[in-house]
Amino acid sequence: MTSTRADGAVAVGERVVRRVRSALDPMTTAPPSSARSDPGWLAVTVLPDVDLETLPPPLTDLGDEVEVRVRPAAGGKGTELRARLRDGGSAGPVRRLSGTDREARLRAALREAKQVIEVGEVLRVDPAPHGERPSTPAGLLLEAWTRAAPRGGVR
Amino acid sequence: MKAVTWRGVNEIGVEDVPEPTILNDHDMIVEVGLSATCGSDLHLMGGYIPAMRAGDVLGHEFMGTVAAVGPGVTKHRVGDRVVVVSFTSCGHCWYCRQELYSLCDNGNPNPGITEALWGQSIGGCFGYSHALGGWAGSHAPYIRVPYADQGAFTVPADVSDERALFASDAAPTGWTGAHQAGVGPGDVVAVWGGGGVGQMAARAAMIMGAEQVVVIDRYENRLDQVRTQIGAETLDYEQDDVPAALREITGGRGPDVCIEAVGMEAHSPGPQYLYDQAKQQLRLQTDRPTAVREAIYACRKGGSVFTLGVFAGLVDKFPLGAVMNKALTLRGAQQHGHRYVPEILERMSRGEVRTEHLATHVMSLDDGPAGYRMFKEKEDGCVRAVFHPHD
Repeated sequence: MTSTRADGAVAVGERVVRRVRSALDPMTTAPPSSARSDPGWLAVTVLPDVDLETLPPPLTDLGDEVEVRVRPAAGGKGTELRARLRDGGSAGPVRRLSGTDREARLRAALREAKQVIEVGEVLRVDPAPHGERPSTPAGLLLEAWTRAAPRGGVR
Repeated sequence: MKAVTWRGVNEIGVEDVPEPTILNDHDMIVEVGLSATCGSDLHLMGGYIPAMRAGDVLGHEFMGTVAAVGPGVTKHRVGDRVVVVSFTSCGHCWYCRQELYSLCDNGNPNPGITEALWGQSIGGCFGYSHALGGWAGSHAPYIRVPYADQGAFTVPADVSDERALFASDAAPTGWTGAHQAGVGPGDVVAVWGGGGVGQMAARAAMIMGAEQVVVIDRYENRLDQVRTQIGAETLDYEQDDVPAALREITGGRGPDVCIEAVGMEAHSPGPQYLYDQAKQQLRLQTDRPTAVREAIYACRKGGSVFTLGVFAGLVDKFPLGAVMNKALTLRGAQQHGHRYVPEILERMSRGEVRTEHLATHVMSLDDGPAGYRMFKEKEDGCVRAVFHPHD
């Protein structure tokens, strides 16, 4: 009980000091909240305005598996389209970069949704003309990485 | 159809590949008229950009005739003579709207690779590894061009194929360097590298008002082209002490703008080259930044250094102290060609930009391996080997 009262008194004192200091110096207003107080979102920024009612299929196909939010991007850079798995799913960098983590489908869906919103279609590269591809270890590794590349990436 | 392909490190082949088809509404198929080798291809050839797979079709600098258009293409028709920017850019994302086209968010179907390397992906590039999209290249009779309304430009009737070809990559890359480096009236500009891109950067700097432009190389035939075709001054780095010469030229200040158009396989006389070569071969660094170091040391206080040559990853002994203490602006970019090609074609039409001299060796696709060998070894004064796919 004594401790709680003391803590309360300290908190009140801090608020008073902050208000006095902020009145004197505009640089010392209330401390900002953490820049990442609600983590776990994958995000892309799309240029035109979008809202939750007009999201395209690559993202809406994931249904209730994901939580989706939109908010304006800083400086008029468009709209931030943010999504995360409802039951979490963050993995280490190797699984993320290789597209083998639980967020892989969501990462690909966000990228495809961005293309549909901005360009109207999802860009395809295969089948691309190529010559003979021998089955070398390095070649197979690159092919596997290329297959994973649309789903893999950074957080 | 026949195509020039990457078969392995320092191994170029000619083989049959399927013809491309339209896969997206905004696609176009171009019948390739001319397709050039580029200095940056040598990094692929040498295995310094390790995302190449045997069988990949090379080539990213090309022009030709529209052979087919997708239903979403509105700017071009079958039969149009076009030059195509080497980068695939959507034209609609925030970066494209800022005219930073090589940074396009949507032009690379394999974004995971470059996100792993650089933190974020950039646009794609024809024939330039699976890291930049896995797009088939232009050393073939036909090529698929995605986002065709954005990347293809109609060539004016009075501009020859040989001139228009270099509006695909060399010229807009040079324009990107000079413009983004902030070249302005009265500047003294130094350009490291007298190949196609370096020559075009020098020409762009002159057009943007630079008072004096100096190009640095060691091959006399290139330096001669710089003097006679571009109209810039030259330094031979095997004969001249380049930083000292640049200080002398500029009254002790150093160039206002330094453009590096050499890239990750830079050469230099002296022990620094051996050191960088050893570290690169041992994979202790991916790139040899010799020319960038010299540009940073030579640049005037408060000046601008631009890395226009291609770099892939990590370098050693980078003079960050000079960048910080001399208050330099250091920038780099692949080409934002969509922004500059219309101006370049206009200037080509008026004779203000001439590029035919770069195509020192024109040959058929069957000569692909020989062309790359000549280009790499600079045999017979080769500045660029250019392929004519329908010969």
